Formats: sequence, C-alpha cells, structure tokens
Amino acid sequence: MTFEQTLARLEQIAAALDRDDLPLEEALKLFEEGIARLREASAALADADGKVRTLVEQAEGVFEVKE
Amino acid sequence: MTHAGATSAEALSVHALTTAAKDVLEGAFPKLWVRGEVSGYKQYPSGHWYFTLKDADAQIPAVVWKGATFKIRERPEDGLQVRALGQLTVWPASGKMQFVVTAIEADGEGLWQKRFDETKARLEKEGLLDPSRKRALPRFPRTVAVVTSAEGAALRDIVAVIRRRNAGVHIVVIPAAVQGEAAPASLIAALDRLARWVAGGAQWRGPALPTPEVLIIGRGGGSREDLWAFNDEQVARAIAACAIPTISAVGHETDVSIADLVADLRAATPSVAAEHAVAVLAEVRQQVAQLAGVMADGLQDRIDVARRDVDRHADALSRRSQLVVERRRARAARVADRLVRAVPRAVEVRKALVATASAKLSARSPLAVLERGFSVARGAKGETLGRRDAFTPGTSFELALRDGRVRAKTESVHADAPHLRTDA
Repeated sequence: MTFEQTLARLEQIAAALDRDDLPLEEALKLFEEGIARLREASAALADADGKVRTLVEQAEGVFEVKE
Repeated sequence: MTHAGATSAEALSVHALTTAAKDVLEGAFPKLWVRGEVSGYKQYPSGHWYFTLKDADAQIPAVVWKGATFKIRERPEDGLQVRALGQLTVWPASGKMQFVVTAIEADGEGLWQKRFDETKARLEKEGLLDPSRKRALPRFPRTVAVVTSAEGAALRDIVAVIRRRNAGVHIVVIPAAVQGEAAPASLIAALDRLARWVAGGAQWRGPALPTPEVLIIGRGGGSREDLWAFNDEQVARAIAACAIPTISAVGHETDVSIADLVADLRAATPSVAAEHAVAVLAEVRQQVAQLAGVMADGLQDRIDVARRDVDRHADALSRRSQLVVERRRARAARVADRLVRAVPRAVEVRKALVATASAKLSARSPLAVLERGFSVARGAKGETLGRRDAFTPGTSFELALRDGRVRAKTESVHADAPHLRTDA
C-alpha cells in the first residue's frame, strides 16, 4: 500500500466511524484497522531521509540510482 | 572609351556575362534583409531549399543551401510572411537573379506560432488536450521524478523547494537535454525510462527507490528557441502517455508550451511545480493527526450510542425479567403445592411398582436360569449360541455357569437331541 492509499483508507475509515448506523462490532474492527494504518502512516512520515538520486540506465533495461 | 563586348569582335561568352553580372550585383548589394511571402517552397533531395519570395507586385527566386538549413529551425512554409537575410546574386546556369538566404525570421510570431498552432490542433483533435484527461496529483508522493537538465537551475529550484517542504520525499532526476537539436529525442528517452520503471519492467543494480508517483518535467527560462523542445509533438505525446500524473514547468510564467497543454498540471515555474508536487510535511502530519482524532471521536460516539442502546435494552430487560420471575415464582408455588399433596401417595405407588418390577425382572433374568443349574454357550463376541448351526467342530466357545465360565471347544455336532425327549 502506498502512503497515498494508506491515507485514502484512513479517510474512508474515519468517515465510516463518523456514522452512527455502523454496527459496533464493525466499528471496533474498523478502528483497529485504522490504528494499524495510522501506525503505517506515522512511520512513513517519521522517515525524514529523502534522497536525491539520478537515474542511470547502465544497459538496456538495467537501472541504477546514483547520488 | 572601350569595354568588354563593345564590338562584335570582342563579343563575350554568356558565361562571362553572367559571371560579370554576378560580380556587379554582389558588389552592389551587401547582405541584407528582405521582407516577403514564401511561395512554392520545395526541399530538393540534395538538401537545398528553394522557394520564391514575393509581394503583390514582384518576386525573386530564393534558395537556402543545405549547409544553412540546419541553422533555420522551421521550414519556410508557403504563405508565411518572413524576413530573410541573404545575398542577391545571379545564378549563371539559368541567368536569373537569385536571393541566397542564410537566415529566416517569421514576420511577427508567424513561423513559430504556425507550427505551435498546428501541433496543438493535431493533439486537440485526438483529445489529448481534453480537460477530462487531466489526472489529480497524488497529495503525498513518496518519490518525485524530475525530467530536466542535470545541471540546470530548474533542478536546483525543484530540489530546494521539495527538501524544504518535506525532507522525506525522494527525488529521482532523469537527466535530459532541454535545448538544442537533440533535446526532443533526449526528453523522449528520459520519459521512456520513467515509463519502464513505473511499469516494473526494469532490472536494478543496487537498491531501487520507491516508484515515482508524480513527474515534474521542464526547464528554466530561456529564449523561444531554447524552449522549443517542449513544443515538440513527440515529446508532448510521450508526456500524455506518462503512467503517472505530470506537472510541466517550462520557462517563465508567460511561456506556454505544448508540454504545458498535455501535462496534468501546468506550473508557472519549476519552483511552483515542486510546490504542487509535494505537500508540507507538517501539514501532512496534521492531517494524519486529524484523521486519528476523527476516528477516535467517531468510535467514542459510536460507543456512547451503543451504551445508551444497552442501557435502554437493559431497562426493558429488567422490567421484563421481573415479570417473568414473578410468573415463575407463582407457578413454582402451585407446583410445590401439588407436590406436597401428591408426594405421600406417590411414594406408596412407587414402592409397589418397584416390587412388582423387580419380581418380573428376576424371573426373566438369565441369572435365575443359571441358578437352576443351566449353562449358556456364548461365542467370541458374547452372542448366545442357541442353535446347532452356531457350532462348527474345532471352534471355541464359552460356557457361562452359575459360578463362573468355561472355555470349551466343539468336538462334533449332532442333529439328534435325546435330552429334549420327554417320552424316554
């Protein structure tokens, strides 16, 4: 799951939990999933080590990223 | 005063005449700019360009030698108003005047605009500029691909802006020439690399970065000619075919390129493109925190609702159970009452029943028969062997007696039964 998808899923879960007609059982299950996704999202955001690389095609179809 | 060809005896050759005329013309006219409309343009297999420059009242044949054509970006198409720099001369082979052109400028925006408009019209016809084709940008890409010159100011700007907004975002530069003859092919090759990466078909030497989720393609400001690669039709098609959303950033605010038209988003400058591509990390964090809050509140609300439901049900339940309890208690009282009255009699009846039953039982018990001195033959599974055909010579059986068991073996089997005779 990309970060984008994780966030989209989180938004879905938040919207679902915001409804009163969701069976409690399901609400709890969603919340649990939400917590897991939140962890993923937070972990992704904590990684503050973005790299700047140059894509090099070493040979036909063989790629490498270089500093 | 005498001059060449003054008398019949001194007649010049045609060649000498045209050559002389050529010298005179070239001497009289320095290189100069001429305004006119292009007509009858033709490129010869030799690589030279021929056309006529004309206006309402006059015309002159013009030529661009092959060597000069490379410096002229666009072909002088028929009907275009141009300014041509050239040398007036005579072409001895035909005896005609000729304007040898070394530079062409379209009058006003003509030439560039014409090509731009034509390319735009073709792409538009195919629906490639349709607003419905525009894809939404990812809000939080982990990796941004940048197709631009590795040395350009555009790249420095993009990297600086992205780093400032979110230092966790990876930037992958796919270098390309962004001006000059080779630029279109170079840009297309870079886009092709990106396409193969995104499609997952590439092999990697060393670790890969996460697949890019958005592309910035562009360059910094420059002359119209410098930016021209971004008006190339094939470059535009490659951008339109890009598997991930694209942001174009070509030149300055006022420069609009074909690339801008096909990209999912046109940014005024490379820095603005970077701002569109990457959200500020703190804002992303805030959004995630907000989502966590919404979720927690939502669940809390849901739990409160559920608790109220439970309380309501519990109330109803307890009211109902009180009724049930009372009803049960009443019934239990009645039963007890009946029991109290019925028990003495029941005990007597039961005693009598037990006595007769056990008498009947003991009369039927095989034990009673054994008591009287009989024995019972049983097979391996405990079944009673009551008939002759249950025995075969050599098989074992068991005899159950009043005071124990006997393992026995059948010796022989006989049909006659003298012990059952009553007449003996």
